[in-house]
Amino acid sequence: MKKNVHPPTRSKRGHNIPVSLLTLHLPMFLIVLFALAPYLWMFLTSITPSAEIARMRVFSGPSTLDHYIKLFTRVNFLVNMGNSLVVAAGVVLVGLTLSVSAAYAFSRFRFFGRAYFMKQFLVVNMFPIVLLLIPLFIIMRQAGLIDSYYAIIISHSTFAIPFSTWMMTGYIDAIPRELDEAALIDGCTRPGTLIRVILPLCTPGIVATGIYLFITSWNEYLYATTLAGGQLKTITVAIQSLIGEYEIEWGLLTAGGFVGSLPATILFLLVQRRLVGGLTQGAVKG
Amino acid sequence: MRGAERVKRRRFDVLPYVLVSPAVLATLAVVFYPMLTAMGMSVYDYVVWKPSASKFIWFDNYLAALKSDLFWTSLKQTLLWIGLTVPMQLLLGLATALLLNRKFAWRWLARMLVIVPWALPSVVIGLMWRWIYDANYGIMNDFLLRLRIIENGVPWLATSGTAIYSIIFVLIWQGFPFFAVMLLAGLQSIPKELYEAVEVDGAGIWGRFWHVTLPGLKSVLVTAILLRLIWVANSVDIIYVMTEGGPGSASHTLPLYAFALSRKAMRFGSASAIAVLFTLMLLTLVVLYLRRVDASGETRT
Repeated sequence: MKKNVHPPTRSKRGHNIPVSLLTLHLPMFLIVLFALAPYLWMFLTSITPSAEIARMRVFSGPSTLDHYIKLFTRVNFLVNMGNSLVVAAGVVLVGLTLSVSAAYAFSRFRFFGRAYFMKQFLVVNMFPIVLLLIPLFIIMRQAGLIDSYYAIIISHSTFAIPFSTWMMTGYIDAIPRELDEAALIDGCTRPGTLIRVILPLCTPGIVATGIYLFITSWNEYLYATTLAGGQLKTITVAIQSLIGEYEIEWGLLTAGGFVGSLPATILFLLVQRRLVGGLTQGAVKG
Repeated sequence: MRGAERVKRRRFDVLPYVLVSPAVLATLAVVFYPMLTAMGMSVYDYVVWKPSASKFIWFDNYLAALKSDLFWTSLKQTLLWIGLTVPMQLLLGLATALLLNRKFAWRWLARMLVIVPWALPSVVIGLMWRWIYDANYGIMNDFLLRLRIIENGVPWLATSGTAIYSIIFVLIWQGFPFFAVMLLAGLQSIPKELYEAVEVDGAGIWGRFWHVTLPGLKSVLVTAILLRLIWVANSVDIIYVMTEGGPGSASHTLPLYAFALSRKAMRFGSASAIAVLFTLMLLTLVVLYLRRVDASGETRT
């Protein structure tokens, strides 16, 4: 405290501080605030009693955990989270097992049709969900898979397989070829090289890709509500169905939104650096 | 060594095909087969509860779509939707990336927090913003009333003039972090020496931006814009959760129109026809975009 009483020592730095405040800290702060404010507002609403929400006294009034208690006791939110967990884990498993070997082939072999196959995985990303949604619904209905884990996992693999193939090709490309060539000379077979050299080296990439698939699947709504949503509700479908027929209980809804988005958000914050590295790898190299 | 190489080349190597086949076959099964089914369905008057009663009607679904006003309204709004959202996301993302590229004490924190909108589920985003836009209790009205920007509370999502712009604003919010982190990675890959070189030539802030930053960002920009274009064009869930395309048709886009037709009216044939038309348009847009990019001197591998 005493230090502040002294006249500020603004000798040389005095010029710089206000300038960087205006051109850097303030705009940066505003952008971060813009990004976070809606999320914070949702959280604040979720800890405000319903009566206070109706009086527009979010933030200023007393706080409560009622909405969260209701969420887990009356609405059975844990079951929905469990469903999403099973689906997302299945998608990660399918996406990774199918893509790793393909990515290895794309990265290490030059074979007839390689460019064609790689383009196929790019084009697939372009098909709108609505185009695939209707036929998938029909196909699942004929197969009797509506409202099952399989239906959602299969539909999510439409984006999981091409996406993870693309990411994994980038990660494997980043591993020096000399390493697997050395293993080959030492008598390792091709599949052996993949398992003993490539896989251990790109574990971070596999983890990042897996987590991204997990997040995307956890957050997905359209397939989950069309191909399931009766008995089997994922978290996003459950949140949407918290909307009542006549009245919206905003406290409960925001609590559901906060809990439902928490796992994906935390995972995203944890792996964001590596993830962005993978996403931009192909692009930066051009 | 040469001899060995020649032998290797002559022998047809099966291994890469074996390695690729699981992924390729799975994609054929879950993506290409449904796509063909959709194209097939689009020329039928498809009866959901009794598929055998479906009638082959040539291109009637397409003609009916092209004749309906709702199709053209949706198309116009789709173009508005893409044309406003992607550039705004890009500009805000670029500003964020340029700020994050400077060194300051809380940079790690800013960088971490700014991506939160990207991580949230669309459903949560839609509902959260519905609450913010709420005509009676929403904080948006409260905020603007206090600043005296508006005189009376506006029902943002229930007014046909504001609904689509309100949703576009949400999409900008959702998508700018993606551009920010992609462009930041691009910025960090630009060699410092380039900046030093133009500084020696006497370039100012703008000179540096035009001659070093933008060209250095080009390949990241191309990929990021392409991905976003596709994602934004496809986003149905946020509109569906926020307005279901309403009021009336004020926030309809083509993919939403197709989704609503199949979900509410169960008209799978017409919905497929619209989805196919939309896919063709998107494909054309992407091809044109990539051609433009190639023509302007970039050779992509």
